[in-house]
Amino acid sequence: MTDNALIEKVDVKGAIAALKEKFPEAVKDDSRQGYSGIIVDRKQLVEVARAIKDDFGFDYLSSATAVDYHGIADEMEMVYHAYRISGGPALVFKAQTPRNNAEIPSLIDVWPGADFQEREAWDLYGIKFPGHPSLKRILLWEGFNGHPMRKDWKEAYYEEDHKPFGSRWPGGWIRRAEELNVYGKNVSYPADFDLSKLSDRSEETLYNDLGLGVTVQEMGGSSSLKTDRLVVNMGPHHPSTHGVFRMIVTINGETIETLEPVMGYLHRNHEKIGERNTFLHNMPFTDRLDYLSSMGNNVGYALAVEQLLSQNARFQKPNYRAEVIRVLMSELTRIVNHYWAIGFLLNDLGAFFTPALYAIAEREKILDLFEATAGSRMMCNYMRFGGVAKDLPERLRSVAVKANDMVRDYNTMDYLTELINERIPRSIDELDNYLSESEIIKERTVGVGYLSPEMAVAYSTAGPLLRASGVPYDVRRADPYSIYPELDFDVAVRYNGDIYDRYLIRLDEMRESVRILKQILPRLEKTRNENPVPPKQHTPRVPLGESYGRVENPKGELGYYVVSAGDEKGPQNPWRYHVRAPSFINLTALGPMSVGHKVADVVAILGSIDIVLGETDR
Amino acid sequence: MAQLDLRELNATEFPIPAEMQGNVAITSLSKVYNWSRRSSMWPMLFGLACCAIEMIATAAARYDLSRFGMEVMRASPRQSDLMIVSGTVTKKMVVPIVRLYNQMPEPKYVLAMGACASGGGPFKEGYNVVSGIDMFIPVDVYVPGCPPTPQALLYGLIALQKKIDGQSLANLDDVPWYGVGPSEPTPIPILGPDIIDPRQMDLIRRQAQLAAEGKPHTVREIPAPMKVAQVQQVPAKTQPAASAGDDPAKAERLAKREAALASKKEAEGGTAQAVAEAPAPAAAPDAQPKKKFDKQAMLDKIRERKGN
Repeated sequence: MTDNALIEKVDVKGAIAALKEKFPEAVKDDSRQGYSGIIVDRKQLVEVARAIKDDFGFDYLSSATAVDYHGIADEMEMVYHAYRISGGPALVFKAQTPRNNAEIPSLIDVWPGADFQEREAWDLYGIKFPGHPSLKRILLWEGFNGHPMRKDWKEAYYEEDHKPFGSRWPGGWIRRAEELNVYGKNVSYPADFDLSKLSDRSEETLYNDLGLGVTVQEMGGSSSLKTDRLVVNMGPHHPSTHGVFRMIVTINGETIETLEPVMGYLHRNHEKIGERNTFLHNMPFTDRLDYLSSMGNNVGYALAVEQLLSQNARFQKPNYRAEVIRVLMSELTRIVNHYWAIGFLLNDLGAFFTPALYAIAEREKILDLFEATAGSRMMCNYMRFGGVAKDLPERLRSVAVKANDMVRDYNTMDYLTELINERIPRSIDELDNYLSESEIIKERTVGVGYLSPEMAVAYSTAGPLLRASGVPYDVRRADPYSIYPELDFDVAVRYNGDIYDRYLIRLDEMRESVRILKQILPRLEKTRNENPVPPKQHTPRVPLGESYGRVENPKGELGYYVVSAGDEKGPQNPWRYHVRAPSFINLTALGPMSVGHKVADVVAILGSIDIVLGETDR
Repeated sequence: MAQLDLRELNATEFPIPAEMQGNVAITSLSKVYNWSRRSSMWPMLFGLACCAIEMIATAAARYDLSRFGMEVMRASPRQSDLMIVSGTVTKKMVVPIVRLYNQMPEPKYVLAMGACASGGGPFKEGYNVVSGIDMFIPVDVYVPGCPPTPQALLYGLIALQKKIDGQSLANLDDVPWYGVGPSEPTPIPILGPDIIDPRQMDLIRRQAQLAAEGKPHTVREIPAPMKVAQVQQVPAKTQPAASAGDDPAKAERLAKREAALASKKEAEGGTAQAVAEAPAPAAAPDAQPKKKFDKQAMLDKIRERKGN
């Protein structure tokens, strides 16, 4: 956060011009067709990054990701998106490295939030980051063969680079991939694999430098209390980790000394599969990232591809009704997600399942609308490039229940009106009344898991975690999309940065969402006659270039970095499809937040970050 | 729901006077075992991915799993009877899953919830994804869906109850835990350069030998029916490839299309040929007719096991 008001007045163009003046040899424009931003010589990357952050005020590193240009140019590059925490567009800068012996200096000293993202780039692309303190694999295990996101790395079930596969069409084969694999499984071993020399290093590397076993220490001072220093493993199978997350905790007595998150237990290769898929194929896959808020994920991906498509003269932007429906769905999703988050935070605090049951019951009402609209309760696959898949249904019906012979049949608008004006506000108040002033909850949460605003920005955290620390950063206001500029709402912000505030801010956000939804209802009525469905197009022709679409998802800023390298005639698949997952990057702050607390607090701190493993591991 | 009603247990072939039906039941031991097991099936509190959310929704107020005696989700494998594999199984996660499965006491059941747990689902081609949990541990019920709705999961659980109802103490091959002594644990996979199933060690060694000799070692021979079709396609395949000019990718695509057309023509015209080939694979299962149940042999087997 910079005090210099002059800096704020320099826009991205001005900053780039000044950077080029300051580093005439290291900085040059990215002049490839469809690309923007600057390319920085990797030898001077750290100095340039420091200038970008300190001199020009781009203090929030949103995303750092690698792209392999094998076959186009013989190099890989890291793409960084830096924003100002006060709002505005991104300064995109890139550093390139040859594919052999790839090395790019680490930016962890400039932005600590680059930590996990650089580890991911090392794991999946094999780019080394000199200066990174613990460059270990993060999603796969130590000992895995190769770096799978490289373009020349082939998975065991590899058939072709791009879908649709020739064997299916026009080949016409119907066969299972395992029939062609000699092991009948999704495995392949290197040609020189020697089973006798096999050693499973995946576990031991996690415990290196931690000092396994118990050491008893005498506490200093007059106390004669002896404490044990020991290493505790939590997860991946643990009811409080919200999925298959794992933490390795070193505790002294009961106080936490270090905490290291271990992830990748749900790494299901979204990005590799995404590069094989066509652009439209990826839409249902985005549902499965943050599976509690699939509608929001859809919007983000649609925005990213629409940015590319908008260069195409024939592409029609989504019409007003489509935008209204998108906002309606995004905000309902936010409410669904926060119900879940609050219910399970209380679960983690020991209120086993009673608050969660209340919250889930309310969530079902919204899922009914999703099911009637998109056809599925959770995996909606609803947005399309240039609109939505279907208009809202006229009526909401459910089958007859045999027991009481009741058929539920509502007019959709009536159902929505009742939901938004009555039911949701009532249930939010109910949660608030029962929980917010509870003595036990306050005792467990106030002042626990503190995250200062400076650290929150430095660790690139996003969403409720960032705003509960007193930083009013919301993509809906900072870098607006869809029809948010014309809607009247406040960015919820709390200042204490502890678990309690992270709980309260979710209630605040739900109330703001209801406020938005109340403004959406008349807009839905007004646009009744418009058709939000774009013309059907199975393989949209996506022009060359890169784009970064980002939305304010319930968990934080969700970004999609998409590169299209196919021209009008070539294969219509993304060259690179990267997801900037808020759950993943928010976890950077988990370790520092937990140090000094007890093991039971870690469970609550993790619950207050609100992660979803589908998105964390992708 | 599990209120004791003896009429439910009574075997129909033994008539019991009406006034005693509430107090006396004559039944088989299997039925008592099965009845108690299916009525208090405790699942493990264990979620993997998206399906876990639907599993929680199933347990929550609207769908209410407790109607079937299954609401007691245990966080420890040692207290649970049923493992609901709810979500994508990755190579990294399959190691703990097999370990958890081994820790569950018998009788134990596995329900594969959703497309991913059943066969890899939408993520099947991913390099870190296991194509279905049944590659490693035995599965009793598969519930399709992505994710299955709570209704579908309930249906799968009821199907499991029906399956348990059909189990018999006499048939030791079907249900090992009705026998004497513990059964063998499932070998735990190893994270090497890729996931290694210890049961495939020999195969891996063999393939490594082939690789050392410079022979093809990764791709399995194409199964017989496909091979026949491909051999017939060879003349059709080579001709357009030669004439397609300089672009190899295009030539390949053309060749594939020609091959597909040829095979389609054959399927329409040459049905007689296909019929002639068909009986060969169909005959294979007939060659070994299923053994009839031999009571004496089974009793001997039980005695033998007890003797051990």
